[in-house]
Amino acid sequence: MKTLLLTNGRVIDPSQNIDAVTDLWIRGDTVLGIGPQPNLIPDRVINVSGLIVCPGLIDMHVHLREPGREEDETIATGTAAALAGGVTSVACMPNTEPAIDSQAQAEFVYLQAERAGNANVFPIGAITKGRRGEELAEIGGLVEGGAVAFTDDGSPVVSAEIMRRALEYCKMFDRVVMDHCEDLDLARGGVMNEGFESMRLGLPGMPAAAEEIMVNRDIILAELTEGRLHILHTSTAGSVDLIRRARKRGVRVTTEACPHHFTLTDECLRSFDSNFKMSPPLRTQRDVEAIIEGLKDGTIEVIATDHAPHAPEKKTRELDQAPNGVIGLETLLPICIRSLIEPGHLTWPQLIEKLTINPARILGIDRGTLKPGADADVTVIDPNLEWVIDPTQFKSKSRNCPFAGWKVRGRAVLVLVSGQIRYQYPENPALS
Amino acid sequence: MTVELDAPPRATPAWTRRHLLGLEDLSSAEIETILRKADDFLEVSQRSRKKVAALTGRVVLNLFFEPSTRTRTSFSLAARRLSADTVDFTVTGSSTSKGETFIDTARNLEAMGVDVMVVRHSSPGAPHLLAQHLSCSVINAGDGAHEHPTQGLLDVYTIQRAKGRVAGLTVGLIGDIAHSRVARSNIHALTKLGARVIVCGPPTLVPPTIRRLGVEIAHRFDDILPQLDVVNLLRVQFERQRKGLFPSIHEYAALFGMDSQRLRRAKDDVLILAPGPINRGVEVTPEVADGPHSAILQQVTNGLAIRMAVLYLLCGQRSADRQASENAPVREAAETP
Repeated sequence: MKTLLLTNGRVIDPSQNIDAVTDLWIRGDTVLGIGPQPNLIPDRVINVSGLIVCPGLIDMHVHLREPGREEDETIATGTAAALAGGVTSVACMPNTEPAIDSQAQAEFVYLQAERAGNANVFPIGAITKGRRGEELAEIGGLVEGGAVAFTDDGSPVVSAEIMRRALEYCKMFDRVVMDHCEDLDLARGGVMNEGFESMRLGLPGMPAAAEEIMVNRDIILAELTEGRLHILHTSTAGSVDLIRRARKRGVRVTTEACPHHFTLTDECLRSFDSNFKMSPPLRTQRDVEAIIEGLKDGTIEVIATDHAPHAPEKKTRELDQAPNGVIGLETLLPICIRSLIEPGHLTWPQLIEKLTINPARILGIDRGTLKPGADADVTVIDPNLEWVIDPTQFKSKSRNCPFAGWKVRGRAVLVLVSGQIRYQYPENPALS
Repeated sequence: MTVELDAPPRATPAWTRRHLLGLEDLSSAEIETILRKADDFLEVSQRSRKKVAALTGRVVLNLFFEPSTRTRTSFSLAARRLSADTVDFTVTGSSTSKGETFIDTARNLEAMGVDVMVVRHSSPGAPHLLAQHLSCSVINAGDGAHEHPTQGLLDVYTIQRAKGRVAGLTVGLIGDIAHSRVARSNIHALTKLGARVIVCGPPTLVPPTIRRLGVEIAHRFDDILPQLDVVNLLRVQFERQRKGLFPSIHEYAALFGMDSQRLRRAKDDVLILAPGPINRGVEVTPEVADGPHSAILQQVTNGLAIRMAVLYLLCGQRSADRQASENAPVREAAETP
């Protein structure tokens, strides 16, 4: 087996509390160790001085659209986008056509990911058959097929009874139940956050209460069942507060925040550009600050993109008729740097933790660490590289990016999956 | 005056816009420029030969994705009085019933040689999207609940002509504020020109955040009525009742309808406006709508002058843009018949 040495990089591995300029040794497809190995002669050495070396990033909230909506994204293009963003593992949402609600569907995802040979893909199974919210899907079969968590994302679980049973049933497999929290009656017809901006633009709003009511319901059900709950894409100050208080009293609830929700506000909609339309919607500056506070105090353990590709012909429409969602894999790192690292809200180890070991723990997957023997998924980041976000250059099949034209800093320059170099930047290798 | 309006319009330093998408973006000076220009055209409308040659050879397209007779007719007539060619294109039902996006529809029509596109659409921001994708001028003739700038302009113009001023007056906007593009355009125009604006309707139809646009909020019509110099009665949209935003038309009319009893408690010289089409007996009773305080028909007449002024100013700026881009001022003269 060949030995690879990444030498002289700033190795950050929050799973082991490591943050030091040192060496990372890889043998074959696994991590050999961190630090000098005087008795070993590497087959290949890559000097990564000035760069950050960390476990491969994990994005636990991605829509790959396959099967059924391959015009928006495929498992191959979505995982190529992941690699370009420094992400070595994605968990993909089951709101495909048909939904990932059976063992065979879950296995299909693994098969397509293997064929693509890009990033690792971990399917998330539907809670209910066809995501219709009526009866539980065969959760045992899905677990057998490799589903790592359960959600009807795209839609909330409307029935409190079904949500209760899902939280109970998943305990048998120690799997987490994730909910897209939205009271559909309150949010009905909404195009953006309800507030001053929606009023002046004459656009129907979705009140923060529509999210918070369901966050609260789910927390109460998690308390009742002692099940494991993960609140997807928390977007309001009120939700952060509810989750913080629930965690304090021991409820098994985790949550995630999306880069657009801690970077942009509903003022962006003044452009009537549908690339600022998603669900939950962009909120106010106060909500942005509350999410950053939640990231800082640990209430929000995970950063995930909610990468939601839509083909340009669907998105370039009247704002109220365009579908919800923005892509995020290829802008994850620079936006986190700009919104969290540069203002001093998070340190690099804190950020990496929310992008590696924390999502790995919630999903129960053996990734997100550089411990000896772990799969050698590694992301090397140049934190100072300046570039301009140009969606036409993306690996993703879609272009619905809210950060087009932004001048940013930092990106993944070398990405390894199971010891293999799967991506480097610039793409004509200069590093090796 | 006539000679000037018969010549192709020229750009003025007071007007540099190619589109009229909303009143929120306009300065008070720009609004006043339109109102002054409307004075010229009001005079044209009073002649027996109601036509000037200003826009000869220009093409104005009415692209309506929502039913409208009044606004569309007013724009058509305004364009014709300026000697422009006009085409009406109304898309009934879904704009995509044939699979075409509304942007494609507009681009196809523009390719036939359109100078100004007048757009009405149920989606807020649809005219803004077209302004980005097209090279012709775009006039917003109503986009969802967002803005209806020419209606806002004709309302302030009507107030100014009736009262001699706008600044210092107290204007009440009554009814469904939340879903009204007329309310928003009125608020922007009135506040910029120095009026005091009170919006009044049931709390289900008056978003509290609207205060931040510089208006006051009231929920009881009878309480504010004696203070009002102008009452603008917004049209009740019946589908709002089905959505549970108020219990019945009957209750709405009782609380917010303008009838002769209420009129007696208003100022002696109160001016009654309604953007129309009015629901007689709901927001206004027939004796008020047809009475001496009502300016409802003047609004329609003034609307024509406002739309002529807007078309004229936008085309003047287009000429200037074209001259600047081609750097050939001779061309403009050659186009004149």
